[in-house]
Amino acid sequence: MNATLVLTAPAAVPLLVAAAYAAAGTGRRRLTGSAGLVSALVILACGALLAVSAAASAPGAPIRAYAGLLRGDALTAWMLLVVGAVALIACGATPAYLAGERAAGRATDRTVWRYHVLVHAFLAAMCLAVVTGNLGVLWVAVEATTIVTAFLVGHRRTRTSVEAAWKYVVICSAGIALAFLGTVLIYYAARQAGIAEAWALDWPTLVAHADRLDPAVTRLGITLIVLGFGTKAGLVPLHAWLPDAHSQAPAPVSALMSGVLLSVAFAAILRYRVIADAALGTGFTRTLLAGIALLTLALAAGLLLAQRDYKRMLAYSSMEHMSLTALAAAIGTPLALTAALLHIAGHGLAKSVAFCASGRVLHLTGTARIGRVRGLLARTPVSAGMLGCAVVALLGFPPFSLFASELALARAGFLAGGPLAWATAVALLLVLTALAALAARTSRMLLGPTPVPARIPVPARMPAPPGASEDSEGSEASEGSEGSALWPLAVGLAACTALGIWLGPLAGVLHAAAQTIGGH
Amino acid sequence: MTGGGAYPQLLDLACGAFLLAAVVVLWRRELTAMVRLFAFQGVALAAVAVLLGAHERRWDLVGVGLGVGALRAGVLPYVIRRTPTATVTATGSVTATATVTATGSVTATATGSVTATPTVTAAGSDASGGDDGRHRAREVGEAREVGEAREVHKAREVQEDREARPLVNVAASLLTAALLTLLAYAVARPLTELNPTPATRALPVGLAVVLIGFFVLVTRRRAPAQLVGFLLLDNGITAIAFLATSGVPLIVELGVSFDVLLAVLVLQTLTTRVRAAFGTTDIDDLRELHD
Repeated sequence: MNATLVLTAPAAVPLLVAAAYAAAGTGRRRLTGSAGLVSALVILACGALLAVSAAASAPGAPIRAYAGLLRGDALTAWMLLVVGAVALIACGATPAYLAGERAAGRATDRTVWRYHVLVHAFLAAMCLAVVTGNLGVLWVAVEATTIVTAFLVGHRRTRTSVEAAWKYVVICSAGIALAFLGTVLIYYAARQAGIAEAWALDWPTLVAHADRLDPAVTRLGITLIVLGFGTKAGLVPLHAWLPDAHSQAPAPVSALMSGVLLSVAFAAILRYRVIADAALGTGFTRTLLAGIALLTLALAAGLLLAQRDYKRMLAYSSMEHMSLTALAAAIGTPLALTAALLHIAGHGLAKSVAFCASGRVLHLTGTARIGRVRGLLARTPVSAGMLGCAVVALLGFPPFSLFASELALARAGFLAGGPLAWATAVALLLVLTALAALAARTSRMLLGPTPVPARIPVPARMPAPPGASEDSEGSEASEGSEGSALWPLAVGLAACTALGIWLGPLAGVLHAAAQTIGGH
Repeated sequence: MTGGGAYPQLLDLACGAFLLAAVVVLWRRELTAMVRLFAFQGVALAAVAVLLGAHERRWDLVGVGLGVGALRAGVLPYVIRRTPTATVTATGSVTATATVTATGSVTATATGSVTATPTVTAAGSDASGGDDGRHRAREVGEAREVGEAREVHKAREVQEDREARPLVNVAASLLTAALLTLLAYAVARPLTELNPTPATRALPVGLAVVLIGFFVLVTRRRAPAQLVGFLLLDNGITAIAFLATSGVPLIVELGVSFDVLLAVLVLQTLTTRVRAAFGTTDIDDLRELHD
């Protein structure tokens, strides 16, 4: 296996696809949406190849390329598999979504062209963040994700989407700047510890020599890094961009942002946690992460109770799940870290299905208000069924994999004892609150009779459709193509179920990945 | 440190200028003044890097310093200043201008008691002297030729540059800057103690600029002013990187500079869109999305 090729392809191929979309332009020779599947499949294939090599070789023998700039270990393989799977769902759902946007008169050739270019650049930036072994390049890649998604969030140019894009870029750039300050401080500590310039930001080198880092400087640096990357992962205190951006972005982009962008940023925290634990002992990051996790969870649960917009509801549910992952990282035992990684995968799959299905619901009903949507199961059984299944998965019911990971998380928390057991107990109570809120609102949308008035009025903020009759024709057409458009969602739900029942060949790479980030 | 007598003094001078620029940004409310101060700060930052490079005889560091200076004192201020003209072309179509003017006049009457009328503002900036005021007067003059509607729109943009109703007044801002600098000295103590040299003794300055940048970002209401706050924050971090470690590795520095440039371009475009959609760049008006 060619190490350089396997490590370069996940970032390079999406970039090439983006360039191909850009070059093909908007004319007759433009690429179709299904060309986007190439990126997703290549990422998945590279993840699988890396997983095979990581499971086969002993842990601590990763493959490298370009003098350690790119580096693949079991965690890389696991994250690439998650990114690839979610990208497959999102790119698969894209053609139907764009067709719906065109039917509603909200997309033109030019916006579709820009959408494709930016989405694939986004995938390339995320993959670079996953495959790099250099913490400086990791920061550059995470910041690049903010830049390329800015215009995807603000694609509609309405007041709400411009507002969301502005908040998104300002909050994320400022937050991620804190992470850069933290990176600089870690680099300073490493240089003072006698590590050469070329290796002072190299993750494995830092892990190996972490005990030589100055504790006071490292403590300051790690705090800034957790706050900074926590911004992108949707954790308090700089989380305010998340519900706005997720509710305004196109549905497949919301799926990518919620499903993997958050966890790619969190994977950065997981990597730094190893350095911090070796330099400072486990107590510091444990307190920091557990505190942030509980605050985020309380905030998400509280706001879920008061939610009236279903895309925002899904966004707050993402914050809930990221805080559970943070809590698992705080517990830090092998069982907890395995649960965290499995939770990242399960949440990515279920949430991307939920967002893509919510995009279809938005096309069908023309509103994002929960109160205006009724009887979806009767009107569009397949889409609504998918949304329902995805929400059931997000609630943590079996047979989906989130059940397994939440169970493992609770077990690890109570086994750890002491304050962590109390933290887990509080977290479970908050999760139950969130569960009740999510279940009540979703069942309200899905169940019940079809509303008597044939059309729900389109909100004034959206550009008015050409005519009511044409609009209903559009939704009839999308209803007809439902079967072909829904295969990605079905695949996602099937994968989430499969992970919950039997890990199969993935068990090896999952345990190796948990070992990589300190679950010894 | 073995440095000659002039080196620590020059370094302190450059760092002092660097901090001073950030503090004066709190004092000045006009966007043009803020951008000029930001460019001045970029020069001071480049001076810090060049001094460090010359002292350590590392010519690559001198090169990086000059590159950073060119970006932060030349390219970024140019990009930010370019906005008003870009906006006029962007909203040049008849319907867009009409919308902006309609909302604009409503806001103008609403805030009439606080802000001056368009003509008075133009005259005021002219009286304050400098090519900047003349430039604005000429712009307003051009607008007058184009027509009444355009003039109101244009004059509003001149007003836009000012913080009409500051969230925190100047005295309180300067006091906060003093407190933030003290805080920076307290927080940066372990950093200096790790390796006390003339360069690391100046580290609190970088941290103070980071904190002041955050303060500007949080307390300014106008979108372009927030952008300057973000750039101050970034300047502070770059200064810390130079002072503590003589700069991060080149590939990371290149990536960071490229990201910052793109972020500024994105924010610039978004500012234009905010103005087109809301008729103002007052971020406090962005309250459509909430729970």
